[in-house]
Amino acid sequence: MSATTISAAPSRTAKPKLHLLIIWAALLTAPAWMGYIGGYDALASRILVFGLAAMGLNLLLGFTGVMSFGHAAYFGLGAYGAGFVLRYWVHSTPLAILCGILLGTVAGVVFGALMMRRTGMYFAMLTIAFGQICYYVAYSWNSVTGGYDGLRGFQRAPLDLGFTVLNIRDNGVLFYYFVLAIFAVCTALMGLLLRSPLGRTMIAIRENPRRARFLGINVERHILISFAISTFFTSVAGALYALLNNFADPTSLYYVISGNIVIMAVMGGMLNFWGPLLGAAIFVTLQDYISSMTVNWMSWIGIIFVAIVLFFPSGVLGFLRRRSASK
Amino acid sequence: MNALEATGLNTYYGKSHILHDVGITVAEGKITTLLGRNGAGKSTTLRSLVGLTPPRTGKVMIFGKDMTRSAPYRVARHGVGFVPEGRKIFPHLTVEDNLRVPLERPGPWNIARVYQTFPRLEERKMNKGRQLSGGEQEMLSIARALLLNPKLLILDEPSQGLAPLIVKEVFRIVEQTKADGMSVLLVEQNVHASLLISDYAFVIDHGVMAWSGTASDLMADQERIQSLAGASAEEWSFDDDTTEAEERAFNAPASAVA
Repeated sequence: MSATTISAAPSRTAKPKLHLLIIWAALLTAPAWMGYIGGYDALASRILVFGLAAMGLNLLLGFTGVMSFGHAAYFGLGAYGAGFVLRYWVHSTPLAILCGILLGTVAGVVFGALMMRRTGMYFAMLTIAFGQICYYVAYSWNSVTGGYDGLRGFQRAPLDLGFTVLNIRDNGVLFYYFVLAIFAVCTALMGLLLRSPLGRTMIAIRENPRRARFLGINVERHILISFAISTFFTSVAGALYALLNNFADPTSLYYVISGNIVIMAVMGGMLNFWGPLLGAAIFVTLQDYISSMTVNWMSWIGIIFVAIVLFFPSGVLGFLRRRSASK
Repeated sequence: MNALEATGLNTYYGKSHILHDVGITVAEGKITTLLGRNGAGKSTTLRSLVGLTPPRTGKVMIFGKDMTRSAPYRVARHGVGFVPEGRKIFPHLTVEDNLRVPLERPGPWNIARVYQTFPRLEERKMNKGRQLSGGEQEMLSIARALLLNPKLLILDEPSQGLAPLIVKEVFRIVEQTKADGMSVLLVEQNVHASLLISDYAFVIDHGVMAWSGTASDLMADQERIQSLAGASAEEWSFDDDTTEAEERAFNAPASAVA
């Protein structure tokens, strides 16, 4: 057996742990250092929210190899679901999040089942079409969704834990940690999923769907499951987005947001678990900084995106990992 | 009952009529080999049998059940293990994870037995699929099909691009599966090597089944082998003394072999 091929095998223990340590240390201390680099609490929360949405999308895009350009639909429905509860029903943050998840995921399952009849580019086009349907419904149904102005007049409720009440409504730092806690649970679930037989099957489908079929795997059904799980996490992010802004607007359903989420995943690195989070951090931060300087911020982000795709085809994290592995 | 019985298969790619009334039978517990030149229709026959390119007319019965036009995953669930041409392992999964993908069907093959049969795969179980040599990838591909515990194993040119040492190993394993009671359909260009282990043979030419009979009958008819099966009818030497060059070919990365 050749020694060279064996030593090329990645060390499976040491380096990933260091990555985790850096990521979690940065996330846990973000409110303390965000201010020094010109950031603020809500910006940190927004990074987490979009990071979660992009990681959710990446289960489908990076780990199952299926393109979706319509994930804003589930992000936006998550936001509206949470908004509806707070605006029309009860003043409860957990219930708002649950209903947001429910609305987004049920839509994901139903749309997914309808779209599963097509593959490749046709599937990708259908994802956009269903996303736009949701957008126009939200845009036109004035009496319920607030139409173009969005759903206003609600605020996230303080969190009653029984023994104490966390005022996440007025305390931005506390709300950041609340989002971080949900983000941690979601990423743990995603990590477990990818290590499970289902995760292995998803990767097998990405690498060779035909081969997977011959191993007795119903590829279409597994893509639907992956799609549904992906919309679940994206709608969690959407619900948190509504709570962050105390507002749900139709642009959160618009295909531009879908594109942004895809860009975040690609920028960070689709083949890396944490890649989309890094992509979201870069995108959201750049958006915040550049939009304070010029209204043409989109052009700048476009140029940076093109540069990243050209020079780091496996995303920023993919590049960093390869560099540290070659050292 | 036959493991597989296909009759009157007419398969088209668009307007091109590829298979003309092809019929093939795989007897239960036996090794059947399908021979033919490049482009004779061997792979298309297999694609028609497993549901990848369903025949326009004809019938495919697998263990007495009509599986014509069934989806490939249903064919697999019915007990057919298919090892396609060109291996096709999952490059980003480890060897161990590659072996855990197949649907679990009860039977004699489990991961422990795979490692016993292919010690090299156990040595490399934490390596990614893409880090394996061509020979190792072929072993992994066969091992993965065996883990389905198929009643019928279909192999499409398993010796393609492999060093003679590995070809010998592959054919030894095919014989072993027969001893387990598996039925095997082998598609090969290595005429001698495959006829040595086969019970029955079919020869396809220009999309028409040109000859069928026992492997020993075909083996005796050198002229027919030369005229029908074509270029690679040369004798394969299977001695145990491997040359250094063969050893090198075995260890070469997949890209160099394939």
